Amino acid sequence: MGAILVYVEIRSGGVLPISFELLAAGRALAQSTGRALEALVCAAQPDALASELTAADIVLTVAHPALSPYLPEAHAAVLAAVVAERQPDLVLFGYTTAGLDLAPATAARTGRPLVAYCRALEITATGLSVQSQAYGGKLMATLAATLPAVAAIMPGAFAEDAGRFGTGGKRVAVPPPAELDALKTRFLEEILPDTGGVDLTVADKILCVGRGIGEAAKIEVAREICDLLGAELAGSRPVVDNGWVEKARQVGKSGRKVKPKLYVAVGVSGAPEHLEGMAGADLIVAINSDAAAPIFAAAHFGATCDLFDLLPAVAERLRASH
Amino acid sequence: MHTAVVLRLVPDIAEDLDIAEAGNDIDREWVGMKLNEFDDHALEEAVLLKEQAGASVTAIALDGEGVDRLLQSATARGADRIVKITHDDLPPLAPAIEIATRVAQVVRDLNVDLVLTGVQTPEDLGGQLAPTLGALLGWPHVSAVAGVQANADGLVVRQEHSGGYTTRVLVPTPAVLGIQTASQPPRYVSGSKLRQAMAAKVDVIAGTAGAATPGAVVQALHKPEVTGHATMWEGEAEDVADQFVALLREHGLLKG
Repeated sequence: MGAILVYVEIRSGGVLPISFELLAAGRALAQSTGRALEALVCAAQPDALASELTAADIVLTVAHPALSPYLPEAHAAVLAAVVAERQPDLVLFGYTTAGLDLAPATAARTGRPLVAYCRALEITATGLSVQSQAYGGKLMATLAATLPAVAAIMPGAFAEDAGRFGTGGKRVAVPPPAELDALKTRFLEEILPDTGGVDLTVADKILCVGRGIGEAAKIEVAREICDLLGAELAGSRPVVDNGWVEKARQVGKSGRKVKPKLYVAVGVSGAPEHLEGMAGADLIVAINSDAAAPIFAAAHFGATCDLFDLLPAVAERLRASH
Repeated sequence: MHTAVVLRLVPDIAEDLDIAEAGNDIDREWVGMKLNEFDDHALEEAVLLKEQAGASVTAIALDGEGVDRLLQSATARGADRIVKITHDDLPPLAPAIEIATRVAQVVRDLNVDLVLTGVQTPEDLGGQLAPTLGALLGWPHVSAVAGVQANADGLVVRQEHSGGYTTRVLVPTPAVLGIQTASQPPRYVSGSKLRQAMAAKVDVIAGTAGAATPGAVVQALHKPEVTGHATMWEGEAEDVADQFVALLREHGLLKG
């Protein structure tokens, strides 16, 4: 019986939390099916990181200068080699940028089926059964795949605590594949987050505009409300991609993770990638004309009225309260 | 450089999505379909690269309802050639490997040296196309790309990670990139230019299925279990504004 193999993500010399979530998921599957749980660390110097992965029965380390910082081609080469060699029954990735690079590539290179956006997994007598998010969180899907397989797991689907502790297993140093000495791509530089003078992570109040705002000009009234409330303006990814709000003000998976006292989501649908960045806010108010929008499952208060009528009405009341 | 952009029509997730009677797909009879927003950015990036480095751009899509129009509108944005890949009823939720197999064959036949497509779609439950295609072609691939610049050594690709952290990677061609955001927002195209584009010729290439590959099967779709829901404020905007401001006051969140 093949093992459950977890791909461990590293950044700036540390293990990212998603890796502990994967170890938690892997530990539960390993326990229920009698399989071993293995963790794979690919880095220039993986040994110090391996000591953090006590939840795994075996920690596989691959050491090579091309593996730090993260370079997709280098990590894809290691995954293909390790999976071909060790033949795990299931390989787990996070639904992250590295997971987007590596889960499909590993599946294609090793002839395994892939299930993406997983929130729950079970190994049954016939293979892998998975619950996945689809359509921006509006629907869930039940998927089946034969083993061996590859799965990409949504951040937050498993509590990381269960993946942080264990008795610690043995370490196995895996020789790096020859492909690493003949890579076509080259890492150039890392760019740390540009806050642009704004740090949403420390803001007490945030008003976030989403795609439903429609056009850049409509954001002006939201800005006025921010001034009147003492709140920071933020944007969801489509709004930032359109250049209506600057990148430093993006909330969500590829932006900032925030935890303000007040989070007002205006015209934000609540895609899983957005919820990942704000679901921990103390008080969430959502305005969206679509009553089925996933944001309402995360919000404490909500309304489906016309936001272009609502925003001026709110601004008027806030002006009056000053 | 010959760049191919793979475009996909996907359900508009701002609309209500009903589940089809068979239970394992959405009801596609009435749902509005639109260009996958990440593919929109991929098309823009391809045209920007063409303007910067002189590439030719071929827009590619798998056959389906509305695909001719989708491809023709890409010519109004700057695509030089448009190609439709026919297939034997590939289901809408087909695994990425099935789609990539057919696209890879066309990419090889057309001597493409750079493929751009959106990093993901709202329904790619069986995996993302760009890395799958890269793996099948044996080309380097990068996902979550937020900007590409051509230089003498290849392409300088900006990859976006979580928390605003980004990296830059030098990628020589041939390569496949999963685009998240173009270097600038997708350009506006006038109605008259779009109407003109509807006369553009769509080349048709028969897609070839590869050897049988295992893929995940969607057994059922269902509405998510609701674990919590907002208390909804009813009424017109004026009533909601009153309740909103009262809530702020109650929580001591008004300024000053």
